[in-house]
Amino acid sequence: MRVSLLAVLMLALPGGAQPPGTPAAPPGQTAAGPVGPTVASVVDLTAVDTPNDAGGSIDLAWGLSPDGVVPDSVEILRTAGDSTVSVAFVPAASGSYTDEGLRDGVSYAYSLVSWFSGSAVGAGPGATAAPSAQWINTGRIGMLVILVLLSSVILVYIERAKRGHKLYIREIAGLSAVDDAVGRATEMGRPVLYIPGIMDMDDIQTIASMVILGRVASKVAEYGANLLVPNTRSVVMSVAQEVVKESYLAAGRPDAFRKENINYLTDDQFGYAAGVDGIMVRQRPAAIFLLGTFYAESLILAETGKSVGAIQIAGTAMVSQLPFFIAACDYTLIGEELFAASAYLSREPKLLGSLKGQDSAKFVIMLLIVLGVAASTLGEAWHPAVKMADFLRFLTHVE
Amino acid sequence: MRLVLPLAVTFICGMIMVLQFFIPHRPFSSMGERLTDWYMIVASAAIFLGAINLIQVHTARIQHRLRNWQYSPVVIIGFFAMILAGLFWGVEDGRPFDYMFQTMIVPMGATMFSLLAFFVASAAFRAFRSSNWRATLLLLSAFVVMLGRVPIGDVLWRLVPGAAAGAHPNLVNEIAEWLMQVPNMAGQRAVMIGAGLGVVATSLRMIFGIERSYLGGAE
Repeated sequence: MRVSLLAVLMLALPGGAQPPGTPAAPPGQTAAGPVGPTVASVVDLTAVDTPNDAGGSIDLAWGLSPDGVVPDSVEILRTAGDSTVSVAFVPAASGSYTDEGLRDGVSYAYSLVSWFSGSAVGAGPGATAAPSAQWINTGRIGMLVILVLLSSVILVYIERAKRGHKLYIREIAGLSAVDDAVGRATEMGRPVLYIPGIMDMDDIQTIASMVILGRVASKVAEYGANLLVPNTRSVVMSVAQEVVKESYLAAGRPDAFRKENINYLTDDQFGYAAGVDGIMVRQRPAAIFLLGTFYAESLILAETGKSVGAIQIAGTAMVSQLPFFIAACDYTLIGEELFAASAYLSREPKLLGSLKGQDSAKFVIMLLIVLGVAASTLGEAWHPAVKMADFLRFLTHVE
Repeated sequence: MRLVLPLAVTFICGMIMVLQFFIPHRPFSSMGERLTDWYMIVASAAIFLGAINLIQVHTARIQHRLRNWQYSPVVIIGFFAMILAGLFWGVEDGRPFDYMFQTMIVPMGATMFSLLAFFVASAAFRAFRSSNWRATLLLLSAFVVMLGRVPIGDVLWRLVPGAAAGAHPNLVNEIAEWLMQVPNMAGQRAVMIGAGLGVVATSLRMIFGIERSYLGGAE
């Protein structure tokens, strides 16, 4: 009640109170200025529950009348029951504000007060809304539909593979060369260097890299070569140690596992690049795997590897780093091939099935792209095509 | 149990992260954030594992006089110098830790980064050798893009009679932009769509326990 009285007083006494950051009106001036420029009024205030949220917030939006100068700021007043509070002062031209920290189901009434030259110059219209939480994010329904479809296709192919259907998988040169690379290192008596990128275990590419590391470690254990895995994250190091240890165990060579070869260097990006370059130059590995997430250090690592004469197999989904790997490495797994590597190397039917499902999903997406382009283009001349384009846009739009 | 427990944890956490993306209502919205916080706590605690591993590896190298062991004392001394400087004098501006960071770590990082210029030159030389028609196409595209990104490209173009007064006085720059925005962008998006599908397939394999090699290939 005290706050609402204060607001009324502010309106009744021009120049008597100031919002934070608003300069005081010079002496002798009225709320509207010396002669008083006409100040634009706040109009069309709307208050709606914030869509697709966990509740507790209301979106406010307003406009300004076209006549007069824009107010310096707008004070937002919120009334719940018989208590009114001043929520915030915002620039009038911003036109929107999200009021947070509210209770779901309670009805809140909002009103706006315009401020100009340090004085309240007028009250705007009011609006009421009650916040609530939503059970489904409507802005992501299209993505949910696509995800369900993709997952279904992949699961169907996995099921078909489990039943013994023959699945054709195209040859991926970089993955076919893994055996050769490890064999070469064994024959030359030099180590195999595996670099799992510079990101942590919450990165999907690092997870994919750990999965491939398991396959590579099995080959290394089988061939009797030496495997080095320098890491830039402690969690990745711990996971890599476990993965390699299990692979050596599965290959029947637990005695050959060297925990100290899977070590931590530093979290610093270029410190790590310097450390790995040092390992390459001193130990001269015969095979180098660069699989995971890489940034600017990618070319530094790949070029150093090239200079020591190692056969290099790289793979990443980082589009900006792919050209560097293609230029400096013998084989490069591009984007999806990195994620296909585990299935390809293991040749397990269930994993191959998921790969086949992934390819089919890719075909569906290509079809959607062609349909979307055709519908948008045709829509210029034939209106029904616009509906198709809008539907596809809804499917692919993500908030 | 050794297999079931990690698979169950993966399934539950994976499903929570998927659901919280589509369901904004509590408790799903807060569960995703909670899991991310937990990961941050685990990752922060795990830094000690890395530090212990670093000390163990380099101490063993010094003890056994392994090959290139002379570098290990430098690592250990540097490691403890930074830790002790931070512990005793803090990490604020002007303190020994900040001094070492600004005058040693930062320049060394910048040095490594600057090596990139030389590596780009050597890699570009190899990539642009016109050994076949695709490499020649790449060479020509790269030449036009490089020329279009610097003012001299259009200056040279305007030397052509009538070009300066024509409809396209910045033609080289326009062609370079087109190459970057149309064929290059189309290729990048194709890679990104493929990678996105790969992410979905990999996530499904792990959530449903089809991919188990990260557990050591346990069946």
